Amino acid sequence: MTAPIEFRDVARGRALQAQLDQLLAAHARPITLLHVCGSHEQAIARYGLRARFPANLRVQMGPGCPVCVTDAPEIDACVALAERGLRILTYGDMLRVPGQRSSLAAARARGARVEVIYSPTQAVEIARASAEPVVFFATGFETTAVATAAVLLAEPPPQLYVLAAHKWVPAAMDVVARSPDSEIEGYLAAGHAATITGYGLFESFVREHDKPVVVAGFEPLDILAGLVLLVERVIAGQAELCNAFPRCVSRDGNRRALAALWRVFALEDGEWRGIARVPGGELRLRPEFAAHDARLRFAAELQEGRREAPAASAGAAPCRCGSIMLGKLTPSDCALFGRECRPEAPVGACMVSTEGACRIWYENGERRLQELRT
Amino acid sequence: MTAQGGRITLAHGAGGPAMRELIRSVFLDQVSDREALALGDGAALPFGERWLVLTTDAHVVAPLFFPGGDIGRLAVCGVVNDLAMMGACDALALTSSVIVEEGFEIEQLARIQASMRQACEQAGTRVLSGDTKVMHRGELDGLVLSTSGIGVADRIVRDSGLQPGDALVVSGTLGDHGLAVLSARHGLGLEGELRSDVAPLNGLVRAALRAAGSALHAMKDPTRGGVTGALVEMAEKAGVAVLLDEAALPLSAPARAAAELLGIDPLSVANEGKALFGVHPDALAELLAALRAHPLGERAACIGRVAPGPAGSVLLDTGFGTRRLIERDDAPLPRIC
Repeated sequence: MTAPIEFRDVARGRALQAQLDQLLAAHARPITLLHVCGSHEQAIARYGLRARFPANLRVQMGPGCPVCVTDAPEIDACVALAERGLRILTYGDMLRVPGQRSSLAAARARGARVEVIYSPTQAVEIARASAEPVVFFATGFETTAVATAAVLLAEPPPQLYVLAAHKWVPAAMDVVARSPDSEIEGYLAAGHAATITGYGLFESFVREHDKPVVVAGFEPLDILAGLVLLVERVIAGQAELCNAFPRCVSRDGNRRALAALWRVFALEDGEWRGIARVPGGELRLRPEFAAHDARLRFAAELQEGRREAPAASAGAAPCRCGSIMLGKLTPSDCALFGRECRPEAPVGACMVSTEGACRIWYENGERRLQELRT
Repeated sequence: MTAQGGRITLAHGAGGPAMRELIRSVFLDQVSDREALALGDGAALPFGERWLVLTTDAHVVAPLFFPGGDIGRLAVCGVVNDLAMMGACDALALTSSVIVEEGFEIEQLARIQASMRQACEQAGTRVLSGDTKVMHRGELDGLVLSTSGIGVADRIVRDSGLQPGDALVVSGTLGDHGLAVLSARHGLGLEGELRSDVAPLNGLVRAALRAAGSALHAMKDPTRGGVTGALVEMAEKAGVAVLLDEAALPLSAPARAAAELLGIDPLSVANEGKALFGVHPDALAELLAALRAHPLGERAACIGRVAPGPAGSVLLDTGFGTRRLIERDDAPLPRIC
């Protein structure tokens, strides 16, 4: 197997990098752009793209890490069920995310039954083989919510209960764009999510916030091409919507997946870690799926758990996860980054998840690369 | 890291910085022996005109049987390869200790033993002494296998020997073992053609030493911690920086696919049948030719060089930019989405 991967063609990448250089050299001011996806940040770091961005181009990561934005009370709810002896299934990334009282990993170390799964179908298989209730802690954005919806629509076993904490990204983009001191001039939207939602979803965002949005994929050429389009729009002052990922993304998206998503979930206001209240930011199970809703079935246990949780704290004061998730700071702006806060001893959620900006920067040596240059 | 609550964590066994710190602060506390402090793959003792090399390795793996190998083959190859990485390609003899859980099937133990015997034949060595312990059910997860080995070398090669200007060579495709075991462990159903590379490397290393002679400056097998871990350690010990060319990294098609799918860096997972060499550029062609002529070295490639930069840093040129490779203290996990 030596077939080259077309979207990693280095010569074409160099040409796009030269285009970015030219555009920004002719533009006196700095430009700040925001992407909203851990996978975009991973690709930027993975291919070392930031090392070659023009000095006056800032590309920040916004609230694009599903694990990071899962709020502490949501973790506490799951911990409460785990501590009451229920069998919990969760994605591996969620294990070490701190709640207000405990992480799931710490609960497991104390004897709770918490198992890592990789897909909702695994949860179904485990529930089917189980004589007792099984709780699937369903986290993630609209991309993973569709997978959760699919299993709930496929006659799951009665023992399967879903503790849904799915989030709807476009709502958080609105919050970021409304943030009063935001310097963001353009948005790179996540191609995989748009594969499901369609790029048409962003038409109202572009109109309302008068800023360009470019939907981009995850190969290095996808990202560079998306950035060129976005920078061109910013410089020209055109609030336009562009699809730079047409091989996967259509205007209307995946209609079957969307139909499944909205049959199972409805939007509600929700708390996002680091951002606080996001209107319409939460995907909650509809009443038709009450028979599988862990929040209803285990309401008493969750109520008890809430009484045990300490009052909301402000979190570790010097941790800048909130500002990092709003795209206002980068990980290296945080005094804890790489010192008190490391992957093996994370202080903030952004260092826990492999989708978190801090973890991605740490593991790809972003900070150290900057040190290398100085 | 040892101060982290004063307890052992999984990070202390991951082969990264936390483990080295534990070794330094606990196992090497009060130790002044230079050979022990070198923290090599084995220890070299002068023996007449030649050297005796001594090494030991404990093996735990889940599952015990995985595509391409099992814990028995792993235990033999681990020790044979550690000896070979010091230049001791003649593995005189091994010892083997097995600690087994009450209730373990004897038939499985026999399969593991047969696999050890087969690996020994392949490596031209034998197990001459052993020990067996049984622990109560639940006190151990199946089986722990520990092997030690003794070999002889004419010249000792160390993992600290990289020199400025050296070319870096790897003997074949990267990441196959780690990805195969990960896939088997997590039931990801990717096994198919994805197989561990576990193999004894002493024959291959003998050919490399013959071809490159004293121009072969450094060797290390990129096991736990992968190529990144091995190169960070080599670069730190030699006080040099290393620059890798991503386009030159050999990957098997199944490993490339599995790594892409799972979001796992193939440079961060274990290999059990590969060697890294630091060689003077003048002997690079001879070394590559010798490796490629050996059945275990067909896909040997020059993957980078010792380059200017801060000591201990390992940089990767992706073609689109450069990033620094960072050692991990945890085992990589498949991603959420």
